[in-house]
Amino acid sequence: MTETAPAPASPVREARGLADRLREIEFDPRMIGMVAALAVIWFGFNWLSDGAFLTPRNLWNLLVQTASIAIMACGMVLVIVTRNIDLSVGSMLGFVGMVVGLVQVRLLPELWGLEHPLTWLASLLLAMALGGLVGLLQGALIAYLAIPSFIVTLGGLLVWRGAAWWVTQGQTIAPMDSRFRPLGGGIEGAIGTSASWAIGIALCAVICLGAALIRRRRKRFGFVLRPLWAEIAIAGLGCAAVLAMVLVANAYILPAGVARRLVEAKGGTWPEGGFSIGHGLAVPVLMALGVGVVITFLAKRLRFGRYVFAIGGNPEAAQLSGVNTRKVLTLVFGLMGVLVGISACISTARLNAATNAAGTLDELYVIAAAVIGGTSLAGGVGTIAGAMLGALVMQSLQSGMVLIGVDAPLQNIVVGIVLVLAVWLDGLYRKRLG
Amino acid sequence: MSIAEPAVLAETHPGQGKPLIEMREISIAFGGIKAVDGASVDLMPGEVVGLLGHNGAGKSTLIKILSGAYKADSGLIRVDGEEVTVSSPRDAKRHGIETIYQTLALADNVDAAANIFLGRELLTGWGTLDDATMESETRKVMGRLNPHFRRFKEPVKALSGGQRQSVAIARAIYFNARVLIMDEPTAALGPAETKQVAELILQLKKQGIGIFLISHDLHDVFDLADRVTVMKNGKVVGTARTADVTQDEVLGMIISGKCPPAAVAGPGALKT
Ligand SMILES: Nc1ncnc2c1ncn2[C@@H]1O[C@H](COP(=O)(O)OP(=O)(O)OP(=O)(O)O)[C@@H](O)[C@H]1O
Ligand SMILES: [Mg+2]
Repeated sequence: MTETAPAPASPVREARGLADRLREIEFDPRMIGMVAALAVIWFGFNWLSDGAFLTPRNLWNLLVQTASIAIMACGMVLVIVTRNIDLSVGSMLGFVGMVVGLVQVRLLPELWGLEHPLTWLASLLLAMALGGLVGLLQGALIAYLAIPSFIVTLGGLLVWRGAAWWVTQGQTIAPMDSRFRPLGGGIEGAIGTSASWAIGIALCAVICLGAALIRRRRKRFGFVLRPLWAEIAIAGLGCAAVLAMVLVANAYILPAGVARRLVEAKGGTWPEGGFSIGHGLAVPVLMALGVGVVITFLAKRLRFGRYVFAIGGNPEAAQLSGVNTRKVLTLVFGLMGVLVGISACISTARLNAATNAAGTLDELYVIAAAVIGGTSLAGGVGTIAGAMLGALVMQSLQSGMVLIGVDAPLQNIVVGIVLVLAVWLDGLYRKRLG
Repeated sequence: MSIAEPAVLAETHPGQGKPLIEMREISIAFGGIKAVDGASVDLMPGEVVGLLGHNGAGKSTLIKILSGAYKADSGLIRVDGEEVTVSSPRDAKRHGIETIYQTLALADNVDAAANIFLGRELLTGWGTLDDATMESETRKVMGRLNPHFRRFKEPVKALSGGQRQSVAIARAIYFNARVLIMDEPTAALGPAETKQVAELILQLKKQGIGIFLISHDLHDVFDLADRVTVMKNGKVVGTARTADVTQDEVLGMIISGKCPPAAVAGPGALKT
């Protein structure tokens, strides 16, 4: 050891474990556990399926399938952090999806004509507004009339599922607008390789710039800084994850026929023997990433998020500090509704149809994603990134089991057991280090 | 009896200015239990008034009405001689009334700075939370109370009882209060920190801040308070200047409700 002047607080520091040191550099050790679990699942299924899991095609589909649950899980984190629950998201998704389907397929074509260029946007905004309204209504019942959220949203689970049927008396509505369908992924929902690189590089720039700005600010106030290596390692990991995602998405090759049509539509000529064009990132995945960033910003950088967490930690204290806890609670449920609206569009677009059964059991997957991602049902604790990773873990399990041919009932059994196991482990971890 | 009767004040404060706070005939009941029953207290600028009484006497409930946590069933509150309605903690803070609650009222899952600025966050020009400035201000104000405090980044549930109490005190003094309500502020503090709080109280008093101090430690109260008001079963037994009564007499007021001659008897005094 060539260390010269020992730090004044060295006796305390020496007693600290790895987890504490990670926390010191503001890195949640639970994230490492999640990533490790994901790695085990991925490599496990890859081994069981003789290499069929870790293929660009499978990973691409996996991300697309995760998007809808991941988006709702972001809102569910905030709901659970305030010591509440929302059991109605799956039914709300069904209801909003049906209304959007009806408006898009029956109403808008009459008003604007078929395949109007703005139909997709009108549908998305309508879904967000309708979901938001439903959420605000439920939130107001919970916050102002003091009805437990479990009951209000259990009622909502029944009400909105019934309402979804009622919109068209159970009829399925199809097909969706061609500019709306990309929201669900699929070949038309892939943005191509160059755009994917552009987005990936932009994201990396944002990560590095953000880290540098925060560091400069802390330096100006003379606060303790993370060691530079940690700063670089964390930013580097973030960039690596982004670029790996782009690489995988771009490595998933379009079918030759589609690629040919694409080239010819752009006025190019299809060479003899053809060449390969990658899919690139999928629209729903980008939407999920965007939602994740926005909600993280909301939760960490705005008053609203500060209040959400304070309410979860001690509702009485928040109220005594002058926080309008009822308004914040109502808004949290409203936000949950908006996110359900977005997910409703993704599901409807993916299926290319609005059905009244859409979103069935989604509430359970969304809650499971949030909880596996480290959100505490006791309130006050949870991260958006964790919940999104949780959604990915759930979807990986499910897709993996489909891939290796596990029967549907057994799939449910496994997912259920994993959920209980994950929460137990998380509890153990908290007791050790909390 | 007239509700505006300032008898206590006139007798204990001959020839002084306008009171900062007057609470008159305050009553509140929780499901039939009269937690506070026709209590009147007042506070002059730069004065420390000790609120005493047995457990469950109604001290915390009375001051929670002043801090906006509860709404009184009847009675009135005057600030600077003007009648005000305090229907929420926000109202109280607007009048410069800050409170250190007996339960501390901290959000355990967030750090000291987030607690101190809860509800009054400092924002950057972009409207986002200015955590750096809040942390730096927190370091300053905590330095006055607890110079050894270092755990600024940790959720307050990781702090010791005394450190948590320091955070609650810091929150109350940071915003330039005119009236400070301290409900057993030193219950969890060590001797050094208790002394620090006592010094702080004297310092704030010099700045003209009025302080309601609730404590079970008669010594402390006699050291710090100018007057004491004793409550029993929700009623005021009496009010006296600490210079005019002995600790034993005050103990008698607390235990049996017997009002010594030097004190002004309230509705809760033992009738003889
Ligand atoms: N929110 C409430 N609901 C019902 N009863 C209450 C409530 N708050 C206080 N009380 C009752 O009012 C009475 C006065 O309580 P309070 O907390 O004001 O006592 P205190 O004088 O502060 O006692 P301590 O010295 O133990 O802190 C008690 O009988 C208590 O049970
Ligand atoms: Mg009390």
